Amino acid sequence: MEQTLIKFYQTGTFTVGNRLLAPEQRSVQANTQRSNSLNSGHRACQGCGEALGARYAIDAAMQATNGQLIAANATGCLEVFSTPYPETSWQMPWIHSLFGNTAAVATGIAAAMRVKGRSEVRVVAQGGDGGTTDIGFGCLSGMFERNDDVLYICYDNEAYMNTGVQRSSATPPAARTATTMPVGPHPGNEFGQGKNVPQIAMAHEIPYVATATVADLRDLEYKVKKAMSIHGARYIHIFVPCPLGWGAASHDTIRLARLAVESGVFPVFEAERGEVTGVAKIRRRVPIEDYLKPQKRFAHLFGKTPDFETIARLQARADRNIRRFGLLDS
Amino acid sequence: MLKQCEGSHAVALAVAMSRPEVICAYPISPQTHIVEGLGEMVKSGSLEHCEFINVESEFAAMSVAIGASAAGARAYTATASQGLLFMAEAVYNASGLGLPIVMTVANRSIGAPINIWNDHTDSMSMRDAGWLQIFAETNQEALDLHIQAFKIAEELSLPVMVCMDGFILTHAYERVDVPDQAQVDRFLPPYEPRQVLDPNEPVTIGAMVGPEAFTEVRYLAHAKQMQALDLIPQIADEFKQTFGRDSGGLIKTYRLEDAETIVIALGSVLGTIKDTVDDMRKQGIKIGVLGITSYRPFPINAIREATANAKRIVVIEKCFAVGIGGIVSRDVRSAVRNRPQPVLTVVAGLGGRAITKASLNKLLLEAIDEKLELLTFLDLDWDIVNRVLDREKKQRRSGPVAEGILRDIGTVASHLA
Repeated sequence: MEQTLIKFYQTGTFTVGNRLLAPEQRSVQANTQRSNSLNSGHRACQGCGEALGARYAIDAAMQATNGQLIAANATGCLEVFSTPYPETSWQMPWIHSLFGNTAAVATGIAAAMRVKGRSEVRVVAQGGDGGTTDIGFGCLSGMFERNDDVLYICYDNEAYMNTGVQRSSATPPAARTATTMPVGPHPGNEFGQGKNVPQIAMAHEIPYVATATVADLRDLEYKVKKAMSIHGARYIHIFVPCPLGWGAASHDTIRLARLAVESGVFPVFEAERGEVTGVAKIRRRVPIEDYLKPQKRFAHLFGKTPDFETIARLQARADRNIRRFGLLDS
Repeated sequence: MLKQCEGSHAVALAVAMSRPEVICAYPISPQTHIVEGLGEMVKSGSLEHCEFINVESEFAAMSVAIGASAAGARAYTATASQGLLFMAEAVYNASGLGLPIVMTVANRSIGAPINIWNDHTDSMSMRDAGWLQIFAETNQEALDLHIQAFKIAEELSLPVMVCMDGFILTHAYERVDVPDQAQVDRFLPPYEPRQVLDPNEPVTIGAMVGPEAFTEVRYLAHAKQMQALDLIPQIADEFKQTFGRDSGGLIKTYRLEDAETIVIALGSVLGTIKDTVDDMRKQGIKIGVLGITSYRPFPINAIREATANAKRIVVIEKCFAVGIGGIVSRDVRSAVRNRPQPVLTVVAGLGGRAITKASLNKLLLEAIDEKLELLTFLDLDWDIVNRVLDREKKQRRSGPVAEGILRDIGTVASHLA
């Protein structure tokens, strides 16, 4: 992917020395002229992965469209923490309608822009995993199959955090949520359930699908900008750890996102018209325990009598991702 | 221009001449012919500057309309029955956000048991959703009300539901007077939104509102509907000036001058009621008709004034509130409060059952003889009802009710037993 074009002088780190780069190679966030579309002062928790992901994603989309951008937002944390009446953090035209209709609302906005001949104005829809993979899935699939000119961004923190951490179809197996408690013979969320929306998006053969995490924000910016250079239905699925819902330290948000990638739990890739066109290779593979242990939602797997069998099943899932997407250099 | 056409086609023409910019379509009987007609017009290029979007559900239809309207486009959709219920959350949202969407509801019953025929249960389920609801009596009025609806909606920045009886109107071929485009353009100016999503003037729409302001926001929705009580007749007057005919308004009255009995109803059944009343008038019975065109806002004062001298009011409604009785009649009672005149509820025409002159005549004579109960179900077959009640008394596993009835009366699938 594009990052390989940039020579990192600070070897051994993932930080990018912007001051050593040519201006056009610098990140959107490094630019003092960035739009700050999701402005400071909102009410997200400390260490919120979603707030971070949204800030980078939307500023990148704003830069790519010269500020000619309208956002539709699903009900959820992002909506609630950013727009407590009479305040708003959004320095852009922004609408929240319902939990499950965001993709359709965005379709309507895009149709309005098309009919009014305002082709320069682009549309982004955004929601959490509940609003995307569950309740908003019908509208999302409809928007995909019609190939409406909308970029849909899912901020995936793997449960319904806004309502108090209930299981969604993006919750991983074994994870504790308020509706999959770590009790009984099979504690936590069930194995063999859940849906992989990036792959379902690919099955619609839409022009562009990508996954990203808040551990690699340059990659996130690149994918958003690339998505905005394409017309038609596009989907970016961003992995955003949630300190509150995962029982993790606020300062571990980016670390957990990185461990999810390095363990193979969350494959980072892009795809065009249903074909994978690029994957982010794992640089230093880590065992799944490294990813699981800092999170209280998996605490029942460890302790005095670790649940080796369940941990092995989670490792097997990660290994399958690694095989399926070729995440390791052979 | 006079034209012999299907009601749905007349509505499609009216919507097209209102220059919609975004139309979202999802099929459900009996509204399908309307969006089919519009889809063809957009596809052929005869309706220009319009996006026709085939969506995946009614929920999406209303949601696409919400997005389009918030982005400043004139948006239209049509639905009925289960479809209206499926979009219910978005129906409330559209009015809450103050978006002037126009939607046709081709009135149809709600299941179970599934039934595609006409009654008003669907629209009535959304009577408190914050939309204006106007009911057409004829296909001509359905055509006219759609043109008026866009103007009313955009003036108030509130959505309008134009209700027309499914099949009875939507599928009936009648002569209608179709206006020309220049007339409609003169009557209906381009949409000037009160709020719009525009990068040049960014706003936030749909913020979270807590107890500190929620009541005020809701009250303002009510205040706007109260404004509509003045606006709707005013726009009906303007319509008459441009098109030369009476259409719309809050209520319609027929032979009320000395009426001791006033029959109140909505929609196409008013025709049958007027014919019945004509016959009764010939026999010297002092009876008249009041048709409600605007059900939301409910024209309390207009109804109160028009019924001031009546001895009794009979409300014939194609809907009912299970567990209490009438829906329209309860609203009528609040209009005639503190008066001695009884307001009798007659539930009629559910699921497409024909409302005949003979039944109406008998019913109204009973009302005049003061033999009618407060709640009556027109042409209810007590034999069928009692058979089911008996069966349930005798047998624990009495089986599915609707299928049991069909077997009792010997229709469809009766041989399976």
